[in-house]
Amino acid sequence: MSSVHVSTTINGDPTDYVCDADETLLDVLRNRLGLTGAKEGCSTGDCGACSVTIDGRLTCSCLVLGAEVDGAKIGTIEGMANGEKLHPLQKKFIEHAALQCGICTPGFLIAAKSLLDHNPKPTETEVRFALAGNLCRCTGYDKIVRAVMDTAAELRRA
Amino acid sequence: MRYERPTTLQAASQLLAKEKGSAYVLAGGTDLLVRLRTGLIEPDLIVDIKRIASTRTVAKTATGFKIGAAVTGAELGENAALKKAWPGVVEAANLIGSKQVQGRATMTGNLCNASPAADSVPALVAAGAKVVIAGPKGKRTILVEQVPVSPGKTSLKKGEIIEAILLPKRPPRSGDAYLRFIPRTEMDIAVVGVGVSLTLDAKGLVKDARVSLGAVAPTVLLVPEAAKAIIGTKLDAKAMDALAAAASAACRPIDDKRGTKDYRIKVAGVLAKRAAKIALDRAGGKV
Amino acid sequence: MPLDNAESSTRKYKVVGTRPNRPDGVDKVTGRARFGADAVAPGQLVGLILRSPHAHAKIKSIDASKALKLAGVKAVVTKDDLPDKTDGDAGLYDVLVNVMAREKALYQGHAVAAVAATSAAIAKAALKLINVDYEILPHVTDVDEAMKPNAPLLYPKMITDGVDPKPKKPSNIVRRYEFGHGDVEAGFRQADIVIERSFKTEATHQGYIEPHACLANVGPDGQGELWVCTQGHFMVRDTCARLLGMDFSKLRVTASEIGGGFGGKTTVFIEPVALALSRKANRPVKVVMSREEVFKATGPTSSSSIDVKIGATKDGRIVAGDATLRYQGGAFAGSPVEFGAMTAFAQYDLDNVRAIGFDVVCNRPKQAAYRAPGAPMANFAVESVIEELAHKVGMEPIDFRIKNAAREGTHSSYGPIYGPIGLLPTLQKAREHPHFKAPLGKNQGRGMACGFWFNFGGQSCVSMNIGVDGTVSVTVGSPDIGGSRASMGLMTAEELGIPYEKVRTVIADTGTLGYNDVTDGSRTTFATGMACILAARDAIKKLCARAAQIWGIPEDAVTWENGHAKPAGANAGNHPPMSLKEIAAQAPSTGGPIAGHHEYSADGAGVSFATHICDSEVDPETGFTKILRYTVLQDAGKAVHPSYVEGQFQGGAVQGIGWALNEEYIYGKDGRLQNAGFLDYRIPVCSDLPMIDTVILEIPNPGHPYGVRGVGETSIVPPLAAVANSVSAAVGVRMTETPISPPKLLAALEKQSAMKKAAE
Repeated sequence: MSSVHVSTTINGDPTDYVCDADETLLDVLRNRLGLTGAKEGCSTGDCGACSVTIDGRLTCSCLVLGAEVDGAKIGTIEGMANGEKLHPLQKKFIEHAALQCGICTPGFLIAAKSLLDHNPKPTETEVRFALAGNLCRCTGYDKIVRAVMDTAAELRRA
Repeated sequence: MRYERPTTLQAASQLLAKEKGSAYVLAGGTDLLVRLRTGLIEPDLIVDIKRIASTRTVAKTATGFKIGAAVTGAELGENAALKKAWPGVVEAANLIGSKQVQGRATMTGNLCNASPAADSVPALVAAGAKVVIAGPKGKRTILVEQVPVSPGKTSLKKGEIIEAILLPKRPPRSGDAYLRFIPRTEMDIAVVGVGVSLTLDAKGLVKDARVSLGAVAPTVLLVPEAAKAIIGTKLDAKAMDALAAAASAACRPIDDKRGTKDYRIKVAGVLAKRAAKIALDRAGGKV
Repeated sequence: MPLDNAESSTRKYKVVGTRPNRPDGVDKVTGRARFGADAVAPGQLVGLILRSPHAHAKIKSIDASKALKLAGVKAVVTKDDLPDKTDGDAGLYDVLVNVMAREKALYQGHAVAAVAATSAAIAKAALKLINVDYEILPHVTDVDEAMKPNAPLLYPKMITDGVDPKPKKPSNIVRRYEFGHGDVEAGFRQADIVIERSFKTEATHQGYIEPHACLANVGPDGQGELWVCTQGHFMVRDTCARLLGMDFSKLRVTASEIGGGFGGKTTVFIEPVALALSRKANRPVKVVMSREEVFKATGPTSSSSIDVKIGATKDGRIVAGDATLRYQGGAFAGSPVEFGAMTAFAQYDLDNVRAIGFDVVCNRPKQAAYRAPGAPMANFAVESVIEELAHKVGMEPIDFRIKNAAREGTHSSYGPIYGPIGLLPTLQKAREHPHFKAPLGKNQGRGMACGFWFNFGGQSCVSMNIGVDGTVSVTVGSPDIGGSRASMGLMTAEELGIPYEKVRTVIADTGTLGYNDVTDGSRTTFATGMACILAARDAIKKLCARAAQIWGIPEDAVTWENGHAKPAGANAGNHPPMSLKEIAAQAPSTGGPIAGHHEYSADGAGVSFATHICDSEVDPETGFTKILRYTVLQDAGKAVHPSYVEGQFQGGAVQGIGWALNEEYIYGKDGRLQNAGFLDYRIPVCSDLPMIDTVILEIPNPGHPYGVRGVGETSIVPPLAAVANSVSAAVGVRMTETPISPPKLLAALEKQSAMKKAAE
């Protein structure tokens, strides 16, 4: 197994690591960098719990090799709040009780932020299809959708 | 396992040709990494083509569009000109997986994975798309439907790599559409996929058509009989029924965990009608 | 336990019933919360498990010598490292065998050996080097096939229990259960209309997004620590300690945050193996299941085969109900068929009722609890027939149900007489709800169903410590799977009369608190919540005693009101009230730390009834079903935190919708699972669903000071029938098997169409 040296930027911080050629970005984040916010729910790209952004693109980190992101900018859940100031999505998720066990929550927040960054005025249907790649087993999605739509409305007012 | 990231097509081709063990091309990785993680493959070499500039762009040419092998579904969906000319191809590509998968997945990868149920392939076949293959002996161009040979196998030779997908120029009064059946609303592999592309004459009758089916045979099907059924018609009820019958008749499906033979045969006909209607609307026609 | 009806129905609550932010919310939205796979220990090894590829096979030998020679491999464990210490406890023995196969592999995925190594790559390579000599045996995976006389036997000596006279030949039928009262044969003779139907449901999985994970660390002195995602860390401690031959006090288990359980994490799978590996390697061992392992080797619920016969008079009175239920629980005894039989008719007031259940084994993974275990299948069968019967009698299904609904004083189908229950209120509320009158279009239909689940009391232990600054630390032993920390905080704040923000609820490890039963059975807000209330009242007694001491008056001259100690009357003296904070500040000089405790086995759990309404639209050319609208009306007794009560209603309903439409275990003829992943095990995705509307009713449970009823499980019970009934209303076919997947529905529609044509 060969090793690859990668230089990247994670949540704005320059980050270097060495990983095995076959390690996923998710493995690297969790096992080498201590960024355990992204979760492994399925390792086949079907659940979205490992969602991150790569150069602004929403992605499953379990479907990306750690080696592939040399020179890229990675965004994880750990970078979503601004210091102690939560992102409006994070605040709304708590207010709307849009989480129960919380395991899917980081993935949903990353995906929802990606949606609102591209589409500030989504309809309920657009929200639902944009989040179809994130599985939740606890909430039935109702309060998640409400939290995202409420955040979109609040961001538009701001 | 080794990981290489060449910056030219030639270098990529040479790496693949020279490799004594098993070598795989990595573009989006949404199929490759799943196979890697589940232990289905144990590659000796992975060749990441994303540093090769010509694979990353969508170019509008005199003869149509040239879509680089590493262009993602998300990027296709953001290309206004491509969406306008080939909405069926773009919507097919955008059906692959979730938004997360869309951020990485490519049509070329979808094609080369050679799953009978690939979403972008019937739309590409209906559109008459071709692929540009770069290899040790130079470049060659073949039709998309000549790439998959059987489930999981392509006709590419050792050292060959697809550089781009070519879409022809869109004639006026044309439209294309792709529909698939899945049991949920997202996130499923197609149980049946249908791509229809058609061109109308001045009177609004179908002048040319191509109908392609996915997930109903070991590889994608181009169904000339289905096209014949609608050529010269305005897609009236009789033509639609003939279209459906021809589509169903062409199916050679299996029973599996996603659907039964009978189900696929029936639904292929239903979707052929619905896809043809959408293509007709896009072409500016009226039933 | 004081049963105080008056208290719960007239009390005005200050914080209970409000919707504050949950205390663990920030951790969970920032990724700080630590789940099962998020812990690391220095020197930790990776543990991987070797699993049988065969559905049924004798294990003739296991040779791990090559694996042990591989550099980086620190331990290999087989059944020899887990000698039988179960001491005649049959249930525990089954757990032992399930955790590590002994003479036979009983299902594809059954653990046969395990490895701990310095990296995942080495552990994977080591597994490949373990040579297992299997002798493949014939297998059976279908419940009806498993009951046939010539079915392959899993246990050659198993004679069915509960049958008189005892059968002479062994079979795969573990036990027969029977519930009911009256005389069903006589009842059917009175009926004007009788409907008899058979149903089948395929197995489903709880589908929690977090795979099982644990980190075990056992030292040479035999003391161990375990970090694990679980619904019951005390259960884990006791079970693992017994299996490994450790004193309970030597094993300290910490419950991580848990990424979903729904009953599937109320037992152990990898934990004893991780501990055994750690013990042998003398290093921490982390074991994390893959998604494929979760589907193949944890505890899905049963598949079932059910016959239902219900008779009614022409004026709509049900005169007899009879059901026979056959459930397979995987390769071990204990499918929830007993609960299925108990709950099948629980929502009706019947003079003549019988439910017979058969617990069957077959070559599938050992089932585990899944949210109201056993009830959804039984409800699917009965509520489908009820709907059909209502139409035949000529009544609206909702009126038919109202006419026959169980109420206070009804002799329930499973035995007890009901106290105050909320079924009729949910039905009446459903009838008035706007959903009920909303117009429907072509190929759209409305269905409904009523369901029920018991609540369990069980053991809880709470320690409430009051800091010198007046803030309160509540220590509980119930893992929080749905937001219960918020409710514990609310109840504590309510009793003590202090702001919710001054209370912090912590889930303690097993070394810190007495035994707590698993977070299941919808018990936590009820039993642990009640323990919080009683611990708070205990603390209040002590606070009053301190105030009395400070004021120099007798203890019984002090009362507690609005967070303050007050003299009970004018005679007690003119002392201004002392706040909790003021009393706490003086604790060091008035006798030391102030705390309240309560440990008990809770009694008086209520039952929670629900009515669900479902609108669906069917595409008659493809059999695709779209859920258009869904409403849950359920009795919560008292909703401590309404948002989380709604969350339980919605989550359970959606699991039921998935079960009804697309979820199933698909086995090949080779006895192997074909869809062990989220691609082909199809749980609902966000775009599949509409909003799930909820109505919380509050008919207080007299067994709880606030009237709380556990709500977590009932909501998965009615959806299967509600969806099936809506599909039937939409396109006129009665689907008697779940999932109602498009190929099945289209085939049924085509059959119906062909029959219509033939009739013309």
